[in-house]
Amino acid sequence: MGKIVEIEGVNKLYGSNHVVKNLNLSIEEGEFLTLLGSSGCGKTTTLRMIAGFEEPSTGSIKVEGESIEEKEPFERNVNTVFQTYALFPHKTIFDNIAYGLKMKKVPKKEIKERVLAMMDMVQLNGFEKRYPSQLSGGQKQRVAIARALINRPRVLLLDEPLGALDLKLRKQMQLELKRLQKKLNITFIYVTHDQEEALTMSDRIAVMNSGVIEQLATPSEIYEKPKTRFVATFIGETNIYDGCITNITDGIATMTLENGAVKVACPEDFSLLEYATISVRPEKMKFETKPVDGFELVAQVKDYVYVGSVLKCIVSLPNGNELKIERLAGQELPPIGSRCYPYWNPEDAVLIHNESHYIFEQLNSIKLA
Amino acid sequence: MSRKKSKHEFRANTLPAMLTVGPVTLIMILLIAVPLLYVAVMSVCSLDEYYNVTFKFTLSNYTRLLNADYIKIYIQSIVIALVTTVLCILIGYPFAYFIARTKSKKKKILYMLVIIPFWTNSLIRIYGWRSFLGTSGWINSILQGLHIVNEPVDLLYKQGTTILGMVYCLIPFMILPLYTAIEKLDTSLLEASSDLGARPSSTFFEVILPLTSSGIFSGSLMVFIPCLGYFFVSDILGGGNSDVIGNLIERQFQSGNNWPLGAALSIILIIVTLILVKIYQKLGGDMDSLGV
Amino acid sequence: MKRQSRIKAKKGFSIGFCALVYTFLFMPILVIVVNSFNATTTKPYMSWKGFTFDWYQKLWENTSLLGAFGNTMIIAIISTILATIIGTLGAIGMYKYKFKGKKVIDALLYIPVVIPEIVLGIALLTIFAKVNIPRGMITLILAHVTFCIPFVIFNVRARLSGYDGSIEEASMDLGANRLVTFFEITLPVLAPGILGGALLAFTLSIDDVIISYFVYGQTKTYPLKVMESVKSGVSPDVNALSTLILIGTIIFVVITQCDWSSKKKAK
Repeated sequence: MGKIVEIEGVNKLYGSNHVVKNLNLSIEEGEFLTLLGSSGCGKTTTLRMIAGFEEPSTGSIKVEGESIEEKEPFERNVNTVFQTYALFPHKTIFDNIAYGLKMKKVPKKEIKERVLAMMDMVQLNGFEKRYPSQLSGGQKQRVAIARALINRPRVLLLDEPLGALDLKLRKQMQLELKRLQKKLNITFIYVTHDQEEALTMSDRIAVMNSGVIEQLATPSEIYEKPKTRFVATFIGETNIYDGCITNITDGIATMTLENGAVKVACPEDFSLLEYATISVRPEKMKFETKPVDGFELVAQVKDYVYVGSVLKCIVSLPNGNELKIERLAGQELPPIGSRCYPYWNPEDAVLIHNESHYIFEQLNSIKLA
Repeated sequence: MSRKKSKHEFRANTLPAMLTVGPVTLIMILLIAVPLLYVAVMSVCSLDEYYNVTFKFTLSNYTRLLNADYIKIYIQSIVIALVTTVLCILIGYPFAYFIARTKSKKKKILYMLVIIPFWTNSLIRIYGWRSFLGTSGWINSILQGLHIVNEPVDLLYKQGTTILGMVYCLIPFMILPLYTAIEKLDTSLLEASSDLGARPSSTFFEVILPLTSSGIFSGSLMVFIPCLGYFFVSDILGGGNSDVIGNLIERQFQSGNNWPLGAALSIILIIVTLILVKIYQKLGGDMDSLGV
Repeated sequence: MKRQSRIKAKKGFSIGFCALVYTFLFMPILVIVVNSFNATTTKPYMSWKGFTFDWYQKLWENTSLLGAFGNTMIIAIISTILATIIGTLGAIGMYKYKFKGKKVIDALLYIPVVIPEIVLGIALLTIFAKVNIPRGMITLILAHVTFCIPFVIFNVRARLSGYDGSIEEASMDLGANRLVTFFEITLPVLAPGILGGALLAFTLSIDDVIISYFVYGQTKTYPLKVMESVKSGVSPDVNALSTLILIGTIIFVVITQCDWSSKKKAK
């Protein structure tokens, strides 16, 4: 498998608004890659630059090793599924799906065969003569996907394609999309702000924040080994502690926080006296009614919230910060208001460089480039 | 019980309905329906020897309309209206497209600049064209000043100048509905078309044109019909060489003083209008988009 | 980049095209403004004989022209007010209530919009002659009100299509009677549509030639005065008046536009 899309040093400015900053990203053939981030993070702009609707201010984008800056959208071998579907309201479903083939001047007979086969694949048989306004949201979605896929693009770009659907339909379509992608073996570049969707569907996720990719990794790595504070807080729930590394012994660091010292597994790129951040997922957090060796945190039980199979405990630290701790339901619990001692297995906590350190690294990479 | 109910019904429905719709109903009936019916009646009336209208049934007014001189003017009028409409589309469409799709903040100003000229009286603007084109007008001064011509060129009093005036007077009625239709066009549809491999020309014919055709239809209706009646344009710029149906009617009611004949001509215009409106509706045109 | 230069060329073409159209739209206005300063005194007042303000002074002495302009303003103001009131009430009534003959009135409303103005003009002329209403200010106002009403109604109706009737029910639920509800709720919500309609009515009224031409009697309006002098050559004091009107309109537009944008900022 080779690299199908290579984005090198791409910047996009609208006036003085720097939307995409020095973006470097290469996408493998047949991969399902998600650009994940909140609105305004530059993910849609990146997608639109690949499609050709926007031009990069600087940098280059290659598809199949070929630079595409000079190509108009209609000359590019990529297709897009639009957030609003963008179905042609004056054309039937058949004509909508056939549009790309018609533009390529494919013989009519072949168009008919391929459109019907495609409609079969997305389970829209019998809808040929209908108009987009006569379809439900989910059906429109299928038409939009079919209309793009029928052109057999090398890369399919999807801009929040499930955003307008209700939760149940969205879950169903997520699985279907994933299945289609595996079956057709087409590279998908998928834009979403929904972290759960990204985790479910992607081979790799690029988490974007204000124009920068904060982390590019597999879903499990993103969840379990977030590289930045933003990634840790954006994906799933977590507890965050800022402090200073005051001791490193056998790969375990002692961090001194405002509320006392804790222990955390320490990768090699952290050094003594570095200011850093710890992220611990609620399901990895524990607490006892007696002090735990190596942890000096003392907290007060605030509340218990049942969330089905687990129980969420809210405890608060002396400085007012609240921690979320998950426990299996049915365990014995200390009464609300009582004192407790939060801790975790040092291997379960993730140590993250402080933002300033991270920015420094970024600046260096820009300089080197 | 029932009286009480009807009293409530009166206060909740009948009285407010009468108060609100009453005046407009009255005016529409007395000043639109009745006068037009009266024109229809007059079109089958005769003139007595003192040129007064008498209520004696005759179809002679209509048979007179088949006079060869008149037929020439109908054809001329329709040709002028058609050419004007086509020119308005050819000029108005790209123009409306550019201003409706500009991303510039000046869009609102660009739009206002279309309307502002029409707040100066239309007659005086038409007269402005005459000053521009006439033998002692600007064009001739420039041409003579540059010694391109020695004698002034008569640019006025031709069918072309009448059409120029018509286009000038009526083009906003083409631009405004086109602007509305084009502005409604969803940009993502154009992107989708391009994304699916359509070149700009294909996108235009496959997506843009079909989706803005409503604007072309209502614009054409609002240009073509008035064109048949704008007698003052051909009066000022055409100088009697390019009369439209409006000139014929105007003459019957002023100098000609043959009201029944003018009424018959008007009825023909009404019928033409009704046919065009029906076609417009058949094409899926919305009547409400004509007024605003 | 080739692609960028193509985009630039396209942009240049569209700017050039628009500039040409604007030139076309403003050319006769330029002629009018320039000629209002033309020192020529021979008909048809077209060849340039030097710069002067004389025509603006002469305008003050031309009482018949100023009188015609006064008539135009009186007629425009009265018929705009009447058309706006009648049209607004009618639009609301037709939106809210069901009654017999609604479709007929609806159809009648489209007539002044689509029919050639000359037909409406002669129809009004014949009926005024038939019932012996002397032609003059009254007939002019009646005619103008008639052709303005539909435009007011369509504007208000466009606003009504996005109108949530439940706010009126809420008002009555909170203790306001129908009349108070109308003035406190219905009218303010519809105000932009009403204003738009009134502005359109005013514009149509001051510019109308054709319909006025058939019903004016002795009361000449400014457009009719122009029409009368067109044959022999419009004297430059008419140009001077047109120039003043143009300046007035532009000032009006600028003020309303500024007001509009500052309101938007406040939101």
